[in-house]
Amino acid sequence: MADSTETRTTVTVTVNGRAVEAQPGELLIEVAERAGTYIPRFCYHPRMESVGVCRMCLVEVDGPRGATLQPSCYVGCTDGMVVNTESEKVKKAQDGVLEFLLANHPLDCPVCDKGGECPLQDQTLAHGSGETRFIEEKRHFAKPIEIGELVLLDRERCIQCSRCTRFADEVAGDAAINFAGRGELIEVAPFPTKPFDSVFSGNTVQICPVGALTAKPYRFAARPWDLEQVESTCTTCSVGCRVAVQSSGNRLTRVLGVDSDPVNHGWLCDKGRFVIEAVDAEGTSGSYSDPATRLREPLVRRNGTLEPATWGEALAAAAAVITEATSTSTDGFGAIGGAALTNEGAFAFERLLRGVIGTEHVDAQYGDGLDPVLLAAIPRATIDEAAAACTVVLLTGDLREELPVLFLRLRAGAVKGTMNIVEIATASNALRSLSRVTLPTRPGEAHLVARAIANDAAAMAQLATHPQGAAFGETELNEVRRLLGDTGEGVVFVVGRPNAAESALVIESAIRTLASEYPEARFLPTLRRGNIFGALDMGLAPGLRPGRAAGSTGRGTIAQLHALVSGEQKAVLVLGGDLISNVPDQALAKGALAAARVIAVTGHGGATVDAAEVVLPVSVTHERWGTVTNLEGRVTAVAPKLVSPGSTWSDVAIAAELAEELGQTLGLDSVEATSVAIETTTGYPASTVLSEGDVEGFVVGREGESKPRRPLDPIAFPGIRSADLVGLAPRAGAVQESVAGSSVSVARVTSSDVSEVAVPSLALADAYALRVVATRRLYDRGEGVLGTPALRTLIPATTVRANPYDLDRLGVTTGDVVRATTARGSFTVAVRVDADVVRGTAEVHLNTVNDEGVDVVGTLVIDADAIVSEIRLESR
Amino acid sequence: MAVLSAPKIVSARAEYADSHTLSRFLATGGYEGLRKALSMPPEAVAAEVDAASLLGRGGAGFPAGRKWSMLRKAPTSYLVVNGDESEPATFKDHYLVERDPHQLVEGVTIAAYALQVNQAFIYLRGEFALGLERVQQALNDAYEQGALGSNIFGSGFSLDIVVHPGAGAYICGEETSLIEALEGKRGFPRIKPPFFPAAIGLYGQPTVVNNVETMSNLPWIISHGGAAFAALGEGRSTGTRLFALSGRVNNPGMFELEMVKNTFRDLIFDPALGGGIVGGHALKAFIPGGVSAPWFGPDELDLPLGQDEVAAKASMLGSGSIVVFDETTCVVRAAWRITKFFSRESCGQCTPCREGSGWLERIMFRLEHGGGRREDLELLLDLCDNIAPGLGWPPQQTTICVLGSSIPSSIHSAITMFRDDFLAHVTNDGCTHG
Amino acid sequence: MSHFRPELRQRAEETVALYPERRSAMLPLLHLSQEQDGYLTEEAMEEVAELTGTTPAEVRGTAAFYDMFHLEPVGKYVVGVCTNIACLIAGGEELLAHASETLGCAVGGTSSDGLFTLEETECLADCNIAPCVQVNHRYVRTTTPEALDALVEDLRAGKRGDEIPPHGTLIRVKRSGGLRSPAAQIADERANERVAREARTAKEGQ
Ligand SMILES: Cc1cc2nc3c(=O)[nH]c(=O)nc-3n(C[C@H](O)[C@H](O)[C@H](O)COP(=O)(O)O)c2cc1C
Ligand code: SF4
Ligand code: FES
Repeated sequence: MADSTETRTTVTVTVNGRAVEAQPGELLIEVAERAGTYIPRFCYHPRMESVGVCRMCLVEVDGPRGATLQPSCYVGCTDGMVVNTESEKVKKAQDGVLEFLLANHPLDCPVCDKGGECPLQDQTLAHGSGETRFIEEKRHFAKPIEIGELVLLDRERCIQCSRCTRFADEVAGDAAINFAGRGELIEVAPFPTKPFDSVFSGNTVQICPVGALTAKPYRFAARPWDLEQVESTCTTCSVGCRVAVQSSGNRLTRVLGVDSDPVNHGWLCDKGRFVIEAVDAEGTSGSYSDPATRLREPLVRRNGTLEPATWGEALAAAAAVITEATSTSTDGFGAIGGAALTNEGAFAFERLLRGVIGTEHVDAQYGDGLDPVLLAAIPRATIDEAAAACTVVLLTGDLREELPVLFLRLRAGAVKGTMNIVEIATASNALRSLSRVTLPTRPGEAHLVARAIANDAAAMAQLATHPQGAAFGETELNEVRRLLGDTGEGVVFVVGRPNAAESALVIESAIRTLASEYPEARFLPTLRRGNIFGALDMGLAPGLRPGRAAGSTGRGTIAQLHALVSGEQKAVLVLGGDLISNVPDQALAKGALAAARVIAVTGHGGATVDAAEVVLPVSVTHERWGTVTNLEGRVTAVAPKLVSPGSTWSDVAIAAELAEELGQTLGLDSVEATSVAIETTTGYPASTVLSEGDVEGFVVGREGESKPRRPLDPIAFPGIRSADLVGLAPRAGAVQESVAGSSVSVARVTSSDVSEVAVPSLALADAYALRVVATRRLYDRGEGVLGTPALRTLIPATTVRANPYDLDRLGVTTGDVVRATTARGSFTVAVRVDADVVRGTAEVHLNTVNDEGVDVVGTLVIDADAIVSEIRLESR
Repeated sequence: MAVLSAPKIVSARAEYADSHTLSRFLATGGYEGLRKALSMPPEAVAAEVDAASLLGRGGAGFPAGRKWSMLRKAPTSYLVVNGDESEPATFKDHYLVERDPHQLVEGVTIAAYALQVNQAFIYLRGEFALGLERVQQALNDAYEQGALGSNIFGSGFSLDIVVHPGAGAYICGEETSLIEALEGKRGFPRIKPPFFPAAIGLYGQPTVVNNVETMSNLPWIISHGGAAFAALGEGRSTGTRLFALSGRVNNPGMFELEMVKNTFRDLIFDPALGGGIVGGHALKAFIPGGVSAPWFGPDELDLPLGQDEVAAKASMLGSGSIVVFDETTCVVRAAWRITKFFSRESCGQCTPCREGSGWLERIMFRLEHGGGRREDLELLLDLCDNIAPGLGWPPQQTTICVLGSSIPSSIHSAITMFRDDFLAHVTNDGCTHG
Repeated sequence: MSHFRPELRQRAEETVALYPERRSAMLPLLHLSQEQDGYLTEEAMEEVAELTGTTPAEVRGTAAFYDMFHLEPVGKYVVGVCTNIACLIAGGEELLAHASETLGCAVGGTSSDGLFTLEETECLADCNIAPCVQVNHRYVRTTTPEALDALVEDLRAGKRGDEIPPHGTLIRVKRSGGLRSPAAQIADERANERVAREARTAKEGQ
């Protein structure tokens, strides 16, 4: 850092007579703002290319031909530049632009969602003349049109700033909306038969400076002056976007993306933005089996029926289950889940499970993740490093569907042209059009592909034994080798499970090969669940202890499920997250739930609650505070915006009280105390993060590297500026105590702790069987989406997609319904032709249902113990 | 008396009925300029053009030689010919592409050789259906003659020219907007700087954009030498120019005249040229160079037809099109129609132009058709001032491109010159011309 | 499955190949689409999107910027009457009103027999023969109401079809010479030139 500031030269510009330092080329609008002069603006967005179209930001700049009016959002600073932002000429020009913008703008502020937080309204109140000189008939358009499932457009209010269309094109890479028409008649328009179905559509609503774009779920939900907000972290997936959570009364109304420089740049995916409906859902049915039902009190099963109970009764019942299950051996008990907890909750439960109960069978993953010891041992990349890498290798699912904002960050790097993307591609992927080399990879082959890259001729030969031969050749391999270099310096491997119907061993083996061949490369793991990395770091995994320390191992989730079915394990503690919608092999999960005694710690109903003996209701996201850890290892704070309903408790409290019930004390009386305990025992910065509100968190293992928060885009973030309500100040009640992490000594996992399991070689597939690739969609039948009415309708129906090459052989095409047969049974399903699907494979989505309402993929296709699954398609 | 002695440089061939055919072209010195150019070093060709002091004929009047010398050195660069001609009352390029397409192709090839550019585009206004056919035919002929394509006339120089049809948008005549249209986008002008085409043009590469008439002068300049061209005209305005005369004159049409040697009076009144005002009426005003230009009254009739001479009187020779109004012409109606044109043609990307043009048009409409108010005059001028601060010429601008800052020209001219006509419209609650 | 007729699809592909970047073929391809269907159908715009590497929304948005592209069906003959300054002075507005009566459709509308669409145009660059009228972008030079009526009668009777082909402006603009794929071929030639030059300099150096 130090040397780069030395070599950087700065320039001096004069703003209203005052000298200001700036980087050469830095935009005038930014420099002026830093110097305390806010220049009004509409089209400028700090995360997109300047276009200089609204002309609101005109200022006078001295030049060879005297002072001229220039858009300050477009002009870069040069040394000696003299700028006037306050002259009469500037004022007249800006007032003129404002008057022009208002000429055709409807006067419907009182009924407009944006009213009260509208930069146009603010600007008018501050500078407008008060009376209009425009006596003509205003431009009329038919009232709001639906431009997508979630977004409405009121064209009369549009000021043509092009922020939304630029976002769609430049940031999301899918120009599904565009300007149509010319001059006065220009309007934002989707293609009639292809609505704006981006998973990022909510961002356009957030950055629209006026009320032209509104989100259906938020429309008329609240008035800005009633809103209160708090800064937090989205836990819908593991990217950990920073958000402002807003509420009105004790109801969540809206989530906005905060411009976190290292993480989300202000963007959010629609799931993270709109899933709040599920959080405080009242639950239409009130049934405990409905994931939309918010649990409000402990439940205990009596005579086969779940009934409300006191905490005392419930804790006693839970303790009884635990005591009985462990009466002969602690192997009779285990725990599954934990990604829905805070770090503090995960830490407390780890203490309870290993320290108090004495079981080693804990696993925060659901059998669809990766070896936690391997993940702890490989060098971790940050999102920034991945976005700036010279080469990024994707060995993961479709990031746009699984970790949408990570997709945006990588895409931005690739678009800049500095990054080469290599895909070890099992499935179709939204980054395909930007990738440099695609190595089509069938299920069960990724480890061979990794070895082939590392010059292992035997692996290449083995790939060629598939009936359809190897899916790529030496030319592609050589290009990949060139891009990786000798040591992998500057390379980031983005690794996860691209296919839930394939054994983790395949991917883990590939990762081990890549890690040892490319010692300088870094890895960004793509496990998706909210705080999964926090849970693993807190030791909720076989073979791990808090602080990524090594320890003896136990049963993972799949092994526990088998042990529950066989009776070897008697009972299970399910920590958040329903087993059925999380474990891909639903048949196995169902069997285990039927056989086991279940204690559920959860906020919502669902199939697991239905099978539970004791249910302990926990406060969920937006109701609690603490820390979480994202996929980089960045620890950030979550904060409550709602009061937990009924008599729910925090995760830390439940663990602590359960320990008391079992006769021991965890010594963790509060979230604060737990964060201090985490920091003292592991060195992870939990309590530091809780006490320092104005940084973007800390990345584990990168002590001292933290970035201060960027100023907010005042237009993307209208509520705060214009209504001047509760700002994003650090939360009240932050801990004072902060512990220096570096002094803690923990025996962290190293590569020698990683156990190697060989991938069995696969029998030759017959020429007509297709290997199954089970991928995830952003909108699936998970609890959050099911609990959100606006998103529920977006879940796709089950289909099977395959390459035209394979479907032609079978004589079927898009729309045909075929009979599909797997080792577990057969069913009918519609097929789609998709040239992006790798030949010889069939792509299906997890957690969807066919038109009979059956999740055939979860029940008939995926086998947790198979290396790969095969499917046979026959036209009926 | 008009001075008509100068040679016809771009319109000589047009007197033949078959002027657009290859045979006529070859019979009248076709490709001579090109052959000569190819025998010279490229720099020498550029030097001839520089010596000719050929001012761009597209409107801005920037010297072609200077523009060429500013082309950033890069492995790939492009030549783009602007044949979008949509400035109202301008019809010279229409005439050139239909009547002498080979001359244009030859000129473009000479320019490409001088610039050492291997790919050129001729952007033709989409409404020129016949022009598109004729230019494409001329290109096909040139390929066949070896005057275009690989290794032109054995010189080792190769060039491909693609005719690109526009699709009806005035703004695409603006060079950066034209480049956008050529890239397959909406014609939104780019912000200059940094998008001066010579530095960042088509596909981000250095690009020269020149007008059809500018290109059509090149065969003659190379055949006869830059000095011969520079010997015509006066000062910076050298050679001849096509003047398009329309409006209330007896003999509207296209006239190639030596620069500066004639005045507006000569052009409008000489029997060999405009032939005077229809019905012997009195001239009321005229637009000297396309509707973007401020108007002149009878007092400026003796101004010579030269670029700097007109600029000195705070207007422009622009595209060389002169529209004549006489006392039967309603100037309010004229200014309203011009404003309506700008409002329809504003690209819509920047606020003052998009909203301002529509607002101005509505006010002008009321004045002309009833509903005008006295205070509208000040309002008009103030709105104009918010688009082009100071209302001077050349205009300052709050807009991205000069389409916006050209909008005020007609309104400002009309109100300043004919305030009483406006007031009469207010009193009469509409047009006073029946 | 192509929405373009085979010969137009081939022409579309050749057109794409003329440009260094395929998006550049947008305007010519949209003209070709109108050549075939008379206006821009959604199917055609989707195909243009595929050919130019853009999204259908971008194609529609771009097309809607340009006056010559029609997103709704139009008559076989699109009659444009200019009312801009030179034509205004010469009676353009009156001629337009007359045309509206003769054709039986409002400005911007289509006659009930589907034969004519009437448009008020901006300057068509033929100002010395004012008011200027174009039919399907061919100058017809009918400046008086009588001449216009005679023309309309001819068109109704199916005459003058040769002179005024239905729709589009590109159908007769056919490139027959030139480099096949200019960008690629020029790159090749430049490389050859460079090799030759280097060989020459090397020889001279010896
Ligand atoms: C709104 C606008 C419209 C223009 N229209 C044309 C045009 O139709 N034809 C043209 O050659 N130049 C037009 N120009 C000028 C071009 O931007 C450019 O200066 C010219 O093509 C350069 O060629 P030249 O140097 O040979 O004159 C226009 C400029 C503006 C601002
Ligand atoms: S001045 Fe008008 S035409 Fe020029 S960029 Fe602005 S809106 Fe477009
Ligand atoms: S032009 Fe600068 S903010 Fe719009």
